[in-house]
Amino acid sequence: MKNIWSFFKGTLVLVGRGSKAYYLWALFLLVLMTIGSLAYVYQLENGLGVTAMRDQVSWGFYISNFTFLVGVAAAAVLLVIPAYVYHWKPIKEIAVLGELLAISAICMCLLFVTVDIGRPDRFWHLIPAIGILNFPQSLLAWDVVVLNLYLVLNLVIAVYILYNLYYQREPNKSFTTPLLLLSIPAAISIHTVTAFLYNGLGARPFWNSSILAPRFLASAFCAGPAFMILVFLLVRRYTKFRIQDAAIHKIAELIAYAMFINLFLLGAEVFKEYYTDTVHLAPMQYLFQGLHGHSALVPWIWTALLFNVTAFLIFLIPETRKNHVTLVIGCLLMFVGVYIEKGMGLVIPGFVPDVLHEIYEYSPTGIELLVTVGIWATGLFIFTMLLRVAIPILNGDFHVADDGVNSYIGDQLFLVHQKTDDVEPPLTTNDH
Amino acid sequence: MPEQNKCDQHVLRLTRRKALKGLAAGLSVLALPSHQASASVWESFFQSHFRELSKQELQQTLARLEKKYSAQFGQKVTVKATPAIEGVLFGYGLDLSRCIGCRRCAQACVKENNQSRDPEVQWIRVVRMDKEKGIDFSRAEHYYNPDQVPEDGHFYMPIACQQCERPPCTKVCPVKATWKENDGIVVVDYNWCIGCRYCMAACPYGARHFNWRKSQLPPEELNPDTHYLGNRPRPVGVVEKCTFCIQRTREQPGRYPACEEACPVGARKFGNLLDPKSEMRYLIENKRVFILKEDLNTQPKFFYFYAT
Repeated sequence: MKNIWSFFKGTLVLVGRGSKAYYLWALFLLVLMTIGSLAYVYQLENGLGVTAMRDQVSWGFYISNFTFLVGVAAAAVLLVIPAYVYHWKPIKEIAVLGELLAISAICMCLLFVTVDIGRPDRFWHLIPAIGILNFPQSLLAWDVVVLNLYLVLNLVIAVYILYNLYYQREPNKSFTTPLLLLSIPAAISIHTVTAFLYNGLGARPFWNSSILAPRFLASAFCAGPAFMILVFLLVRRYTKFRIQDAAIHKIAELIAYAMFINLFLLGAEVFKEYYTDTVHLAPMQYLFQGLHGHSALVPWIWTALLFNVTAFLIFLIPETRKNHVTLVIGCLLMFVGVYIEKGMGLVIPGFVPDVLHEIYEYSPTGIELLVTVGIWATGLFIFTMLLRVAIPILNGDFHVADDGVNSYIGDQLFLVHQKTDDVEPPLTTNDH
Repeated sequence: MPEQNKCDQHVLRLTRRKALKGLAAGLSVLALPSHQASASVWESFFQSHFRELSKQELQQTLARLEKKYSAQFGQKVTVKATPAIEGVLFGYGLDLSRCIGCRRCAQACVKENNQSRDPEVQWIRVVRMDKEKGIDFSRAEHYYNPDQVPEDGHFYMPIACQQCERPPCTKVCPVKATWKENDGIVVVDYNWCIGCRYCMAACPYGARHFNWRKSQLPPEELNPDTHYLGNRPRPVGVVEKCTFCIQRTREQPGRYPACEEACPVGARKFGNLLDPKSEMRYLIENKRVFILKEDLNTQPKFFYFYAT
């Protein structure tokens, strides 16, 4: 118990220290978080009427972001599988960063759900035993369960590993391995359950397609890992933490396969709807072509498609995948592309046209945008703080001092440009 | 439900209620100085699910709400919780050949059921169809506004909650805040709903409506005869819907739903589906009735027909 407290105290001291760039970044996020909170207070006082959501389109930007971020969270599994199932060393060294991303993404998911519900004061109604959780009937109840389990699972794994490394002990494998293996089906389940949440509604033909869950999974393995690559490149440039090229290129290759499946499944859906040409085509028409003169989403979805296809080609071709300029472009395109396709592009056409074929064009209000920015800033803040602690631990720059009580902090600065960056370790392909 | 299960639930209920009461008591001590008002805030915050209230708790809850609404609207407001009548299953009939699209039903519904006037919430949506095309929602006009109805070449279709026997909306609710009563009416506990709006995504008929803003209801327009599960004033941030005028139809002697009474052409029918001599049973047996979106297997108890 005393050890835990001194570890915790040490991390608090640690996150308070850093370079100017680190302080500026943290301050920037805190400002956005404050603005977002103020916007949320305004929404609480005036009701959800301050959003653009209405009876026809009853879920909007918040739930779109939620859906996308569940995918980002699930993507950590793309690091866990090569690391712990295939014991591939270059990725094993960085897998814990993926878990930290999952933790941050789930926190954002929970925040997005919270700002979307009309009565956050009745949140306790969801807690089994004191409230009533409609499990197993409601898929939303399932989502509450699996998201929280996944959050706890990742927290336990990451904190346990980091805590032991801090005390310069080897983490006990017989404790971590089962949990890590469990995190694989857990990651798949959070995404499947979120897909089923939409999928199970006969009222909404756009979602009521059995291909939805596979599509969800495929796109999750695109956006999340793309974000991870960007983080790896930044971490490697601005901290002492070393990440091998081989790891990054392998992830990029896996993304290419995932994006291929994603595009293929999308094509299958488009074919089915357009070729059969029933009344259920309307939402897809609204999305890709516009319907009765309403076409708010059309430029967005085509942008997303263009981005996704371009990114797919970048990740597919070894030369562009290994060139770090094109790689960064590919990651950005893919992240934005999937964000549009799986966010607004998935949620809104479920409601347009609505069940009685009324068309209400939804686009988020300023308040929705501000609250959303605030939540993204919160997620990035959480992620930054987690990295601030994890990276020095992994580097051996933050551990218990020789006295066994206080902490040793070797890395006072954190984010500083590393000159050694250009000298890559020689690429080794046979270190399986 | 198996007996054992029932028993378990009962035990769970008791402990939960006790725990909540303890918590409520503990917290209200914290909320010093304890005004009457803050006590009632705590009571309403920790109120249990409607179906888990004991008889005594239900009476206390109703009294608390009556007091609150009476003060809010400056007149005596009653809040009932009349239960379903044994042997009754309500059904609704709508004669499309008679409906003239005047929307008097929609207006009468707003008056009877205390919907917010601004923004105005309507539980009945009347859409205009082309006679040439038949029932085709993709060509329906929701906001028709001619000088006079009916219009040549058109017919009209009022749509409200279809009171499904297999409601997709209640299944998805994460907190069981909405359910089907024994007389077939699908209701919402406005004090338990968390406002996630999953039921609205699940409803194939657009019958559920959300209180996006604080309800605006002028005191002089309030209908003071209310039911807990029906037309009592709604808080912000919860879902509401048609209840077949539960505050009227469950009384003995009962009254017809307001929409039925308001219809100037007698297009609306209402009755007990379990009573072989009821008008509804006559219609089902003698007219060719149909239901909306039959393929979804929601089994509505709202029957459309053409009498002529």
